[in-house]
Amino acid sequence: MTVTEKEARTLAYGAAFNEGLRQIMEEDPDVFFAGEDVGKAGGVFGSFVGLNETFGDLRAVDTPISEQAIVGLGIGAAVTGLRPVVDVMFMDFMFVAMDQIANQAAKLKYMFGGKATLPLTITTSAGAGLSAAAQHSQSLEAMLCHIPGLKVVMPSNPYDAKGLLVACIRDNNPTVYVKNKRLLGLKGEVPEDLYEVPIGVANIVRPGSSVTVVTYGRMVQESLKAAEELAGEGVDCEVIDLRTVQPLDIDAVTTSARKTGNIVVVHEAVRFGGLGAEIASQVQEQAFDYLDAPVGRVGAPFTPVPFSPTLEAEYVPNADRITEGIRETLGM
Amino acid sequence: MQLSDDVLLDMHHRMVRIRHFEEAAGRLAEESRLPGFLHLYVGEEAVAAGVCAALTDDDQISSTHRGHGHLVAKGGDFERMMAELMGKSTGYCKGKGGSMHICDLDLGMLGANGIVGGGVPIAVGAGFANKYRDDGRVSVVFFGDGASNIGAFHEAANMAAALQLPVVFVCENNEYGEFTPRDRTMAITDVVDRAAGYGMPGVIVDGMDVVAVHEAAAEAVDRARSGQGPSFLEAKTYRFYNHHGIQTLGMKYRSDEELAEWKKRDPIDLFEARLAESGVLTAKDAEAVHERVAGEVEQAIAFAEESPLPEVESLYEDVYSGVAQ
Repeated sequence: MTVTEKEARTLAYGAAFNEGLRQIMEEDPDVFFAGEDVGKAGGVFGSFVGLNETFGDLRAVDTPISEQAIVGLGIGAAVTGLRPVVDVMFMDFMFVAMDQIANQAAKLKYMFGGKATLPLTITTSAGAGLSAAAQHSQSLEAMLCHIPGLKVVMPSNPYDAKGLLVACIRDNNPTVYVKNKRLLGLKGEVPEDLYEVPIGVANIVRPGSSVTVVTYGRMVQESLKAAEELAGEGVDCEVIDLRTVQPLDIDAVTTSARKTGNIVVVHEAVRFGGLGAEIASQVQEQAFDYLDAPVGRVGAPFTPVPFSPTLEAEYVPNADRITEGIRETLGM
Repeated sequence: MQLSDDVLLDMHHRMVRIRHFEEAAGRLAEESRLPGFLHLYVGEEAVAAGVCAALTDDDQISSTHRGHGHLVAKGGDFERMMAELMGKSTGYCKGKGGSMHICDLDLGMLGANGIVGGGVPIAVGAGFANKYRDDGRVSVVFFGDGASNIGAFHEAANMAAALQLPVVFVCENNEYGEFTPRDRTMAITDVVDRAAGYGMPGVIVDGMDVVAVHEAAAEAVDRARSGQGPSFLEAKTYRFYNHHGIQTLGMKYRSDEELAEWKKRDPIDLFEARLAESGVLTAKDAEAVHERVAGEVEQAIAFAEESPLPEVESLYEDVYSGVAQ
């Protein structure tokens, strides 16, 4: 797109989310949102600030602390024709609501022979790095990606934060929109107009030729730092931001892997059983002959997220760990 | 409340339709002509019929794993239902859902549900949409005594009350959660006691008396429709057959005497006696209704058996909706 002077305005990730929601609610009277503290209080991270004042209690709904009923509220409203956004405050709390998410929302259309349409968006906040400990810090996208019927997006920057939200709300499927808590203050260019970032399309955020780094969410920023570090050593990283983790843009990944011959998958989630395993498997199925080394994976260790900043720093992948992982894959 | 003959005959027809459909489905299952699980509604007909007769076609209901009766009571089509139970492509869900997911969204029937309590939050969501659009529709949740013990029920009941949604909670208390009696799983006798905890009015009705069910349901539906929020209705009823199928595993978890006592109060027999006494429907005319409905069920079985199985390619269809708007 052409960046005009007007569009070159910067906005924080959280504010971009808020603006996207406001604009689509102005555009479509069937859109409302509901969740814990999202109405009068504006959301625990301020993501919903000001919307209740504009749209009132029926479109900016404060709910009880009842994750199953919150998601169910969205399902019932979606299947009867509205376009709800329901917020599960922390991604960890999705476990409380998993029946409604996995057994109901994801499957209704299929179980009903295609009859049901569920334009439902579930927003949530994931990620460690705030000393929020084991029940307020997880990245659980792998669990959601395993369930046919859901789409899952994880924006890494303000532009995508707004555009992916709009795409999710306009999509006629249950989508899970995962913010990263540590990105909320990240600033970047965000057009003032309403726009979509298409679901299921990855973004090459740094072209390169030596190794493909596949990542999403907050690890995109860390991977870019790692790429800069390695550039000084003559390693030219291509960084792919998946943006959507279900459906997976595997073509973008394999195309890049064929070009570079090396691939490292980076995610903040626990490494074991994470998306890196799926991506590594698909890449070896489709591009085995092009690979110079086994697919590398950088992720969190197999422990709950710890509280103490010292322990948490050891837990969360960062630019140094990614650099190390890339070096290992390249045999450096 | 003085019910017109039309309403009485309509409720009778709904009950008879449920009974014949379920008896036939049970027989087919016993003959291994239906795949999968089958939870029969026989004995509980007065609840679905009495409640649904108080609804318009636009009102919604959510159902349970024992959901055929609710769909029939909402006006479900025998042929598409039977075809679905047989896993045929002409079924309500094209053979993708079966007994436990049978639905007709055009009739506002938001689905049977394989998860106990799973439909409760969904019906509350439909109720929210009704309030949002201010369209006067009401959403009814059918659930069992067993479901009243699961978290989803409590969350959704509280939310419906907190947001003052047009929802009616209808508890079909058949005294057993699967194979375990209520008194082993709850410290209260009446599920309706829970309604007060959410701040909604609740009443108990004889679930074998369709008129009593209907009168209570009509009042609750009126409250919801006029913006006075949710209500709770507990219907004391009983399952004449097993948790699933007619006899299934032949487990002895309830006595023959208990079953015989409840069968003395068969909701259709009770209602027909009353209709005959009041001259609304003679025994002979009732018999004609049964014969006609039985014929429709036979026709539905023939339709279902002649219907094609789904093409295997359809396995991959309808996981997702196409591009929006």
